[in-house]
Amino acid sequence: MPTSLAERITASGPPATRGVESGAIDARDLVKTYPGDVRALDGLTFSVEPGVVFALLGPNGAGKSTTVKILTTLSRADSGVARVAGYDVVRQAEQVRRSIGVVGQKNAVDPVATGRENMTLQGRAYGMGGKSLGSRVDALLDRFGLTAAANRMVGTYSGGMQRKLDVAMGLVHQPRVLFLDEPTTGLDQEARSELWAEIRRLTMDEGLTILMTTHYLEEADQLARRLAIVDHGRIVAEGTPDELKSELRGDAIQVELRDADPDARSAVVVGRIEGLRDPHVEGKFLRARADRGASAVPAVIAALDGEGIGVASVTVARPSLDDVYLRHTGRTYASDDTREASR
Amino acid sequence: MTALASQTVSMTQRHVWAFLRQPWFVAIAVTQPVIWLLLFGALFKNVTEIPGFGASGASYLDYLAPGIVIMTALFSSGWSGMGTIEDIDRGIMDRFLVAPLPRTSLIAGRDVADALSLLIQTLIILGLSVLMGAHFPGGIAGFAALTAGALLLGTSFASLSNALALVLRQRESLIGANTFLVLPLTFLSSAFMPLGLVPDWIATVARFNPVNWAVEAGRAALGTNVDWAFVEARLGGLLLLTLVCMWLATRAFRSYQRSV
Repeated sequence: MPTSLAERITASGPPATRGVESGAIDARDLVKTYPGDVRALDGLTFSVEPGVVFALLGPNGAGKSTTVKILTTLSRADSGVARVAGYDVVRQAEQVRRSIGVVGQKNAVDPVATGRENMTLQGRAYGMGGKSLGSRVDALLDRFGLTAAANRMVGTYSGGMQRKLDVAMGLVHQPRVLFLDEPTTGLDQEARSELWAEIRRLTMDEGLTILMTTHYLEEADQLARRLAIVDHGRIVAEGTPDELKSELRGDAIQVELRDADPDARSAVVVGRIEGLRDPHVEGKFLRARADRGASAVPAVIAALDGEGIGVASVTVARPSLDDVYLRHTGRTYASDDTREASR
Repeated sequence: MTALASQTVSMTQRHVWAFLRQPWFVAIAVTQPVIWLLLFGALFKNVTEIPGFGASGASYLDYLAPGIVIMTALFSSGWSGMGTIEDIDRGIMDRFLVAPLPRTSLIAGRDVADALSLLIQTLIILGLSVLMGAHFPGGIAGFAALTAGALLLGTSFASLSNALALVLRQRESLIGANTFLVLPLTFLSSAFMPLGLVPDWIATVARFNPVNWAVEAGRAALGTNVDWAFVEARLGGLLLLTLVCMWLATRAFRSYQRSV
């Protein structure tokens, strides 16, 4: 019998405040290697405070889903510890399971059952039943706009409706922590916006803690109070979207070159300009940062021109998460995402 | 234990509804054993004339009906794991595995649902046999023993099929394993032919074949002058096999969770 939660709370701090201070999710030094020596997690550490949306951002294969599997008790880390809702994911797996809702990458719904039957079965799996389950199911169906379709076979639902049902099923037992693994992948923009609105409401109305993974920068930017960039099984940056962007100081300058620059000669050239930082070339695009972007543009064009490097266009923008990603991984997000997608 | 029972009931309900909503499945489940009964009944009709077949006056239908019941149990339960693979592919399995329900209920739910459909198939086969003129002197007790054997064999194979599904996780592999097992096990038994008339090696193998235990127990219990000790020994063996297979299937979740 492992130490009870109460004993551990007393041992490690004043009981009155400990529960508030400790995160809804604490993951420390998680390592996971799959057969074939594929290291999915390589010392991943992060924590999530209660009541917020926290996003793990990264391309496919970065380790986001493995993290979710370990935190939701589906899989086990080779080493490291993790606590969810105050419980150890290995030694107190049962309590963790009761405290969490999990919405996986696929729409895990039974097509030969109705929406209501799917919800009811899910509730029963958590030991619910009777009238309280019935009214909870009705309320959730209503909330997700599925009441009219409740008695239809789920096989006839659109992708967006199935996704909503999937999320609703993750909420039926009123979990304290909700895991959303790539919740909007495969949805069109309209369905995505609707789901975003619902996720926002969930944290506001019910004080739910949400851990979501996403490979959409925009999604993390829009929804997450805090986010962590995952790269090769580690967290390489963490903070609020604004913090991460302001760390970069200054504006992003993007120059489209007339020809590709495989030797990154243009980066060397602009690197000599004072006040210009982090030059980086990818294909025909040269990117750099400057405290005041607009005033740096003439110098950039002049320097490139002087070396005979043709410029097609120049844009200046406030830093985006894409720039944050570039800064911490050395690669642009778009290049990672397309490479992963084409595998 | 109560959690196991109630979760098994709700899982069973899910599978029964899913089954009833797929009319083609129902149609196949009902007609296939009927076709076997008629086909094998006609094909081997004259084997009763081979010297040494056994009790004279008994029709081949009397002999065959218990064999078809057991064969049906084996054939339909072997596919049970296909549903598990579908659940894995859809993500439904992972959804259940992160819920606080006993793993055993996921296997037991399928087993009970399969057993219910097998029960109906058994009643159809035996009812039709009686209509076609078969005689079963063993009466109700005989029917019960045959049905028990069929359900135990079906449950053990359904569990095994689910265990394989969790380990292999591929439809093709499961189909292969199923085909590899089911036909030889059926024919290495006395389902169609008394063991006195088959080569010695087949008779020897059949002694260790659980399919044969179920066939012999059912046939003996439906006959005259039932040797109940003989029947009980075979049903006991089947019960043990069922428990082992269910345990294996529950263990297979660990193998599955290690690989996700």
